[in-house]
This record gives sequence, structure tokens and C-alpha cells, in this order.
Amino acid sequence: MITFTIDGQTVQTEEGKTVLEVARREGIPIPTLCYHPAVEPYGACRMCTVEVELHGRTRLETSCTIPAQEGMIVRTNTPDVYKVRQTLMGLFLSRCPNVPLIQELAAQYGVTEPPYPTDTPDEKCILCGLCVRVCQNVVKAKALNFSERGITRRVGPPFLEKTRDCIGCGACTIVCPTGAIEIVMEKLAVYKEKPLGPTSAIYVPSLQAVPRVPVIDTDVCIRFRQNDRTNGRIADACGVCQMMCEANAINFDQEDEIIELEVGAIIVATGFHMWDPTQLSQYAYGQSPNIITGLEFERLSNAGGPTGGEILLADGRKPESVAIIHCVGSRDHNAHPYCSRICCMYALKQAHLVRDKTGAEVYEFYMDMRAFGKAYEEFYERIQEEGVFMIRGKGAKVEVLPDGKLRVKGENANLGVMVSVDVDMVILATAIEAQPDADRIASLFGLGRTEDGFFAEAHPKLRPVETNTEGIFLAGACQGPRDVPDTVAHTGAAVSMALALLDKGEVTISPAIAWVNEELCSACKTCIALCPYRAISFIEEDNVARVNEALCKGCGTCVAACPAGAITGRHFTDEQILAQIEGLFRLPVEQLEGVGS
Amino acid sequence: MSDTNFEPRIVGFLCNWCTYAAADTAGVSRMQQPPNVDIIRVMCSGRIDPVFVLKAFAEGADGVIVSGCHPPGDCHYTNGNFKTFRRMPLLEALLVQYGIEKERFHWGWISGAEAAKWAQLVRDFTEQVRALGPLNWKRELESKED
Repeated sequence: MITFTIDGQTVQTEEGKTVLEVARREGIPIPTLCYHPAVEPYGACRMCTVEVELHGRTRLETSCTIPAQEGMIVRTNTPDVYKVRQTLMGLFLSRCPNVPLIQELAAQYGVTEPPYPTDTPDEKCILCGLCVRVCQNVVKAKALNFSERGITRRVGPPFLEKTRDCIGCGACTIVCPTGAIEIVMEKLAVYKEKPLGPTSAIYVPSLQAVPRVPVIDTDVCIRFRQNDRTNGRIADACGVCQMMCEANAINFDQEDEIIELEVGAIIVATGFHMWDPTQLSQYAYGQSPNIITGLEFERLSNAGGPTGGEILLADGRKPESVAIIHCVGSRDHNAHPYCSRICCMYALKQAHLVRDKTGAEVYEFYMDMRAFGKAYEEFYERIQEEGVFMIRGKGAKVEVLPDGKLRVKGENANLGVMVSVDVDMVILATAIEAQPDADRIASLFGLGRTEDGFFAEAHPKLRPVETNTEGIFLAGACQGPRDVPDTVAHTGAAVSMALALLDKGEVTISPAIAWVNEELCSACKTCIALCPYRAISFIEEDNVARVNEALCKGCGTCVAACPAGAITGRHFTDEQILAQIEGLFRLPVEQLEGVGS
Repeated sequence: MSDTNFEPRIVGFLCNWCTYAAADTAGVSRMQQPPNVDIIRVMCSGRIDPVFVLKAFAEGADGVIVSGCHPPGDCHYTNGNFKTFRRMPLLEALLVQYGIEKERFHWGWISGAEAAKWAQLVRDFTEQVRALGPLNWKRELESKED
């Protein structure tokens, strides 16, 4: 361990740390422009200059490059240090007079006017080389370097020409202190325009998950992309997350695992899918970044989201007026005829959040307010008292005006007039629908689906979590739109049913199964190949077919096929069905009239 | 047809999991359909012995419906509907040889979600059979026995 002092404070550190790193850890402020913890220090900007006294000699040193040494005395705030930084800021401000960060930092050192004139007042680059170092050493793409020397020195790709070496990762734009680099996407962008998506390649997919473990999106992660792109030649790019993780928890070698389990019951809880509102063009979704879905609004107002929970427009302003349109894609025969159930309440909650966080005017276009749950109606009343404009009538059309404002047109059915409001933001309460791969899950588990595409329960009233396949249960929105309390209740019921099945220790099978009359069996083996469950086996010693009662599901296919009439389908015997047919025609035709009406 | 009061009698053999469920839903949903179809439930359309269809015509049915789960993957019993798929075209050919118009025999697939399709089938098929008039197979068979 090394002991030394910074500004009179005694500090300790292990060998190999720089003075800046120790000062940052101790909370002692030292200004920097070219420093980034993930990148090798370079000493380009020299703003971190401090006074170092060692062996009785005092020198000015850049704290980002000088390693901590035993007995060192560091002073970060002497008149000499101030003067150096003041001179530097004068030079930076002369080079980049219109960069806010430079203006602010210069003002801290008493420089408000550029001391020297410039011909290029729009210059933003301070030649700190952070982008170059990130691209060379972290991303390992080597797409950026310094070109030329002296006053014409500048940053750019080799020969200042377009380069294929750039992978468009955006790391240079993130580290650039002055915002001098902009990525212009020419073709297919790797980062799709997902302003409300994850903010980086490593992110926590569900903030409420326990344990709260982040995942790496390997399609976006620089390390994985470089590895893929170069066929493993650059296998060690970036790794900044691993470098920063104090718990050493990041392992790039982890792979997907397929775990096979033998279970006695399965609960299907595959949830729902948000319907894509571009399918109804009148809502103009995608034509303005300020037309967002309810789910995107949730992301926007989330404290872990891209704005830290502030409700902002795409240009960073606070909205002054917001329209919320209910039933987008629900209760609409052009999309889904059913009611998505959750939207009325979340739309009201979002109206409350907008009022609370921004004070903006909120217009709610609704057809019917379905506040059906416990305390929901009271919440609806509270929202009305908060000054939300409730317009009864479906929002019919959203138009993007030339100035970027959004015009929402609709009908106020209570007043019988057409209304049109101009707002800054439109929130579409989009429908929820069955997962796009629900058909695959359905055929995997032998589930039925209702007309709306959700999985069918065995009985709408009496068996709401069971399915027609024994041992498979449904929980939550995969069975139909439902909100959180209803999902919790439904899931509880599914779990109870599964536990009840497992706890019993034995399985009750249906009595409606096939049975072979061995006296009649002619040993033709027709039934053996027909049985989908391999429940019929041929007993060589007795020369007959025999049904395994535990395997037979009672479909009766073998019964219909048996040429000898030796197989009986219990509870659906030939005699019973033929008697039913006969019974039908005992009723004279004349009596049919009026039946069933 | 001269007999304007003719009400066709139709027997429907439906599998428990798909078409019977659809018919049940159609009823619960109050979908309008004529009362001419009498339903006999079997667990799987694969259980429907061609004898049942012949028996229904012999007892006096003017039309017969056989309906199960959509092939390929909808069958509750994996592939019972495939057996139906094999048997019914043969049965249809047999009925024609017996002199029964093939318009009197409908076989097909309606899933549990397609209640409206079931109601529509009942409406259309009833009218189709009504237009053909009474079959009177029972009377013919009885007169031959005499």
C-alpha cells in the first residue's frame, strides 16, 4: 500500500493507481476533458494538472498519468494550478467558442471571452483523442485516428475517407466530451431507431426481477459484434462492463442452456403481445416521435428509463398538452373486436402522471370508461377532479402539423360536435393481443384457442384455468386480456390446480376408454397402427390385441376401424350411438316446429 | 319443391373437442341457427364409423354432417382427424352409389373457436338440404322389405 496526501488529506492506495483515480475515489474534484475510466489515460487536455511535491521538488503534473507514489504531496488547487487551467481554458475557448461545456468550464476559471480570434467558430473538436483511443483500444475497430500535424491536426478515418472499418457502434459519440462526433447512418443501422428501448447493450430486462440481473444484447454489444464480424480475430474488443464490474460478475463465455425437466404439470403463462398501431394509419404512429404507445409512455415515465422518469418530448422539451386515445385497435372491427380491458385504467393513470409531473393539459378520448374493478371508479373520479379533459368519443385521426405539433380529431358524442385539439404528445392506448407464436405453443401442448387467438380454457365459468389437455393449466394474459390483480388471482388458481394434481400422487383417468373383446378379436392388428398413444399392444401368446387402460385416452378411432367389431368404446358404444340415432327419429317431423326457438 | 312445409332432418356427428365445442359456444352466444340439426357427440371424429352415417340416412335423415378438428395439428388425439379424412371421401363415394346426392352429406372441420362458422354451416346446409327435398330413404327401404 502507498500512503500519500492530496490537499492535506492522507490517502492510501494499492500500487499502480494514478493520482486522478485516487482523487476521484476520495471525492476530490479535478476537472478533466480527455479522461475516461475505460480508456488508457493520455494527458491530452492537461486540465487535470496538479502540483506534485516529491523528494522536496515541486512540479506541475497531469494527475491522470502520474502514478501515486509513497510520500507524495499533491495539491489540486494552488494559484499555479489555477493559472495553468485558466490559460488552457482560454485556448480551448478560442478554438471552440460555441461549445457549452467549454464555455462553462472556462467561466469557472474566469474566462468568459475567447482571448484569441478564430476563423472556424463552429469547431467542436478539442483534439483530446478520446474517440481515437476508444476506437483503437476498446472497440478495436481502428476506424479513427489523428491526421496531419500542428494547426491542421484533426480527427478522422484513415485518409479522411469513408471507411468500412467503422462498425457504427457509437462509442466515439458517447465518450466525446464536446459532442463533436455525429454518426450518420447511410444504410441499415445497427442501432434501430428505438428511442425508448434499452439505453445500452447491457441492461436489466425487468427492473422488478429478483435477482435483478442484467443481460447483454449480443446483437448490439461491441465485443460480440467485433468477434462475429472478424470471425474471432478480434475476440477481446471493449469489455468495458467487465472492467468496471467490481463484483467480477460479467462472463462473456456464458451460453444459452437447454434444461430438460420431467414434470407432472405445466402452467402456460406466455402473456400477451402489444399490437402494432402502424396497422391503422389514421393514428400516424411512426410519423412523429411524439406519438407513442402506452407501453412506450411507461418506459418514458420510468425512473430507470432514458429520461430518468421525466416526461419529455423527443426534442427534450416538456409537453404542454397531451392527448390520450383509448381503444386503439380494440373494440374496432378493423383490428380486434374485443375490449383489451387494461387500457382504460392505465390511460387514466398515465393522465395522472402527466398532470403530476408536467402540469400539461390532458385530453382523454374514450368511447366508454370501463372502470370496473375495486376502487377503479373512485380513481376515475379523482382523475376528473385533477382537471383532465374527458372527451367521450373515439379519437378518429392524428395529423402531424408542419411545426411538429399533433392535431387530434374526433367526435365529442356527449355534445354531438366534432372536436379538434392541437397537442405536443399523443399516447395511443393500443390493444393487447395473443402472442404471435401462440399457434406453436397451442400445437405443442394441444391447446385450443378462442376466436381472438388467446388460449381457450376448458370452461369459461367452471374451469377457468384448466385446458382440454390434462395437466396443462393457463395463467394470466395468455388466456385473455387481464390486468395485474386479475392475473395474480388467475395464476393463484392455476398453481392451486397444479399442486392439487401433484399432491394427490395418483391420476384419475377417464372411464370412457376402449376395451377389446378377446373372443372376437381376429388378430388383424389394424387397431395397433391406428392408436396415436400406442395404447394397444399385440399379445403374441394369446394372439389378441389388448388395450393398456392407463395409456388409452378414449378417442375411439380403433373402435370405428375394428373389422371384427371386437373393440368397444366404453360410454360411446356402437349400440349407444345407434340407439341415439334411432331415438332422434322417434320424434315426428311435425313436432320439430317450435323446437329450439 | 312442392312441399313448402318440408323441414329437413339433419344429424350432425361432432367431435367433442372442436366442432361440438363450437356448437356449444354458438348456442351460448345466442347465434341464430335453424333447429333442424340434431347433434350426436363422439369423442373424436375418428370414432365415426361410416355405419353411423348410413344408419342416420336409413332412419330418416335428409342430411348428415360430420365435423372434427382442423388437420393437421388441431386434433385432441394427435391424428384422429386424419382417419376421418381418409374415411369420409370413401363414404361419400359410397353414398352416391346408393343414390344419395352428395350435397346431403357434409364433412369438414370446425375448430372450437369457430362458433360463427358452425352457425353459418347449419344455416347454409339446412337450406341446401331443404332445396333437395325429402330423401325418404327409410320409406324406400321399408317398401323393399315388404
